[in-house]
Amino acid sequence: MRHQGIPRVVSKWLIAPILLFALYVQFHGDFGPGGGFQAGVIFAAAVVLYALIFGLQAAKQIVKPRIVETLVALGVLLYAGTGLVSLFLGYNFLDYTALDPDNAPHGQHLGIFLVELGVGITVAAVMIAIFFSFAGRRRLR
Amino acid sequence: MIDMHLPILLIVVPLVSAPLCVLLRQKTLVWAFASLVCVASLGIASMLLIRVLEEGVISYAIGGWIAPWGIEYRVDTINAFVLLLVSIIAAVLMFFALPSVADEISGKQHYLFYTAYLLCFTGLMGIAITGDAFNVFVFLEISSLSSYTLIALGRDRRALTASYQYLIMGTLGATFIVIGIGLMYMMTGTLNMFDLSERLPAMFETRTAMVAFAFLTVGMLIKLAMFPMHMWLPNAYCYAPSLVTAFLAATATKVSIYVFLRFTFTVWGAEFVFEKLKLDAFLIPLSLIGIYVASLSAIYQTNIKRLLAYSSVAQIGYMMLGIGFVSITGLTGGIVHLFNHALMKAALFLSVGCAVLRLGSSDLADWKGLGRRMPVTMAAFVLAGLSLIGVPLTVGFVSKWYLILAALEKGWWPIALLALLSSLLAVIYVWRVVEVAYFQKADDDSNVKEAPLMMQISMWVLTGATLYFGIQTDLTVNVAQRAAGLLLGVTP
Amino acid sequence: MISVGLFNYWACMILMMIGLYTAIARPNLVKKLIGLSIFQVSVFLLYISMGKVSGGTAPILGEGIDTYSNPLPHVLILTAIVVGIATLSLGLALVVRIGEAYDTIEEDEIIERDVVND
Repeated sequence: MRHQGIPRVVSKWLIAPILLFALYVQFHGDFGPGGGFQAGVIFAAAVVLYALIFGLQAAKQIVKPRIVETLVALGVLLYAGTGLVSLFLGYNFLDYTALDPDNAPHGQHLGIFLVELGVGITVAAVMIAIFFSFAGRRRLR
Repeated sequence: MIDMHLPILLIVVPLVSAPLCVLLRQKTLVWAFASLVCVASLGIASMLLIRVLEEGVISYAIGGWIAPWGIEYRVDTINAFVLLLVSIIAAVLMFFALPSVADEISGKQHYLFYTAYLLCFTGLMGIAITGDAFNVFVFLEISSLSSYTLIALGRDRRALTASYQYLIMGTLGATFIVIGIGLMYMMTGTLNMFDLSERLPAMFETRTAMVAFAFLTVGMLIKLAMFPMHMWLPNAYCYAPSLVTAFLAATATKVSIYVFLRFTFTVWGAEFVFEKLKLDAFLIPLSLIGIYVASLSAIYQTNIKRLLAYSSVAQIGYMMLGIGFVSITGLTGGIVHLFNHALMKAALFLSVGCAVLRLGSSDLADWKGLGRRMPVTMAAFVLAGLSLIGVPLTVGFVSKWYLILAALEKGWWPIALLALLSSLLAVIYVWRVVEVAYFQKADDDSNVKEAPLMMQISMWVLTGATLYFGIQTDLTVNVAQRAAGLLLGVTP
Repeated sequence: MISVGLFNYWACMILMMIGLYTAIARPNLVKKLIGLSIFQVSVFLLYISMGKVSGGTAPILGEGIDTYSNPLPHVLILTAIVVGIATLSLGLALVVRIGEAYDTIEEDEIIERDVVND
């Protein structure tokens, strides 16, 4: 669709705000509706839109499949790592109070923040990976 | 400190290792790491079982949120036993994995294979350890999704359709379970199993409770491949890579049976399920029909993996039969058989895996004269096969002994007789393989080497276990008896 | 506030049956997956309906609001949705590969082609 003017121009306008909105949903998830799942999907949507307009190859140059794969793993590790930190600090697994024992709500807040960040990274990476692997296939018949 | 966190470490260690495998990438490195993780899990699981036998129930509150509000991991004798079983199998199979995976999976996918293997392992352990009904579903899907992937890695293109079929059936089953859990939540407002068991009795008269139970049971029966909901199983086991077949045959259905035990006995209670709803009137006939139909189908198979898969369906019938008796002896038989069958089926599938590595085929016709060409592998097959039949001094005998004892205890001698006669069918299908392998001449006399040592270690450890636990029955039977007593709410 | 009554449950059951039928009876592998998705979504509806507290708002703290819907089913379903997506994409991936291996995604034709090969 690279040669069609309207989608190209519109998408150029849209992709940056979509990414920004994803970040908003991610980080405002602590106070309002939102969170890692939704933010991850929105973030991935921006990449998918880019791939649809400018082609799969162009998208793969920006978001390298190898990096996507690594991010899938890193997100999960960030989540589990947060849990393990509290475990090593002598609390139960995923007990975020451990992150700031003097101020439990703050610890909980920080814990949720990190966990949701992990979720967001993994979801975005998984969505992009799914799109890449489907789009990379040849058409049947 | 580490003592306190054993239950969660059992889940987190393999769960964290799975993404680490993706980061490591290098073939042998990933294998070594995954093996280390499986062995560590085995260590944790054995420590857990020892502690449970000494101290009783261990409860762990995730995130410090006390049950029934938070997710609780609750370990008692039954699931400590299942956890140990799954981790033993996972650890022993890792020796087999190195040569077998190198042969059957393309080099670029090795690290992904081990990632899926560890995730499947995590899922199965998670199902067994959790005390939260919805958490069961989550772990069930983790293990199922990774097992669909693992099955689809088989070399034959039919592995894809088998995996697809399993995906449809498995998802239907899991969704049925979620509906059941949802309705239970609707009635009681809790998801904690222990809490549910206290609140449900007040709801037994309502229609919602009945519907919840029906959905839940059908879902679980699909997952554990109870006859006649077993259609996904033979294809899935037949076309999956050897290692995956052995792993799933030994663990996946066993863990599903554990879920069935947990929900029917602990959550709903034997009184409601078996006295009010008379589930046993449905379980016992179906188990018996399942044993016969599946054994007869096994006799007519021309592919050995498929033959063993049908035999698995029949063996699940024995376990459900034991459960259907609703007595200490019957449940002991069922639980012991759960453990024993895992050992012998894994040993059988591993010996098939060894032969597949050298012959490239598990067709009965290609196995002619294998007794002479690969004597060590066939010896293991025969020994594990004897156990499948239930010959004395093997594990198969122990569990069948308890099943028949339980039937006689109730005075149901026709059932005892039928269960005994069904062993003859096992003789026939094991004999068919033995006959081809030992008494027919190979078509080509080309020399076939024995399988690599690594694979033989796994095979012989499991075959040895089928003999050891056949003679030294104290350990398994004692634990199973305690578990049965716990399920029925009586202390033996 | 209009009471939802049993409407949600009726809708849920109808969707469930449509999904179940499609997943089992359709020979086309993609349509089966669509059926499976409808089946799963009907369960999401069941959960969300039971979380509704009449007169309650979205479970976000705010001034002057003291009745909230039960957020727990929403969280559970968030998990179930993720599982559903994973299942669907895995299923579709399998269908793509089946299509490449067999040149068809109709179940009866696949069985035919396997029989010919045996």
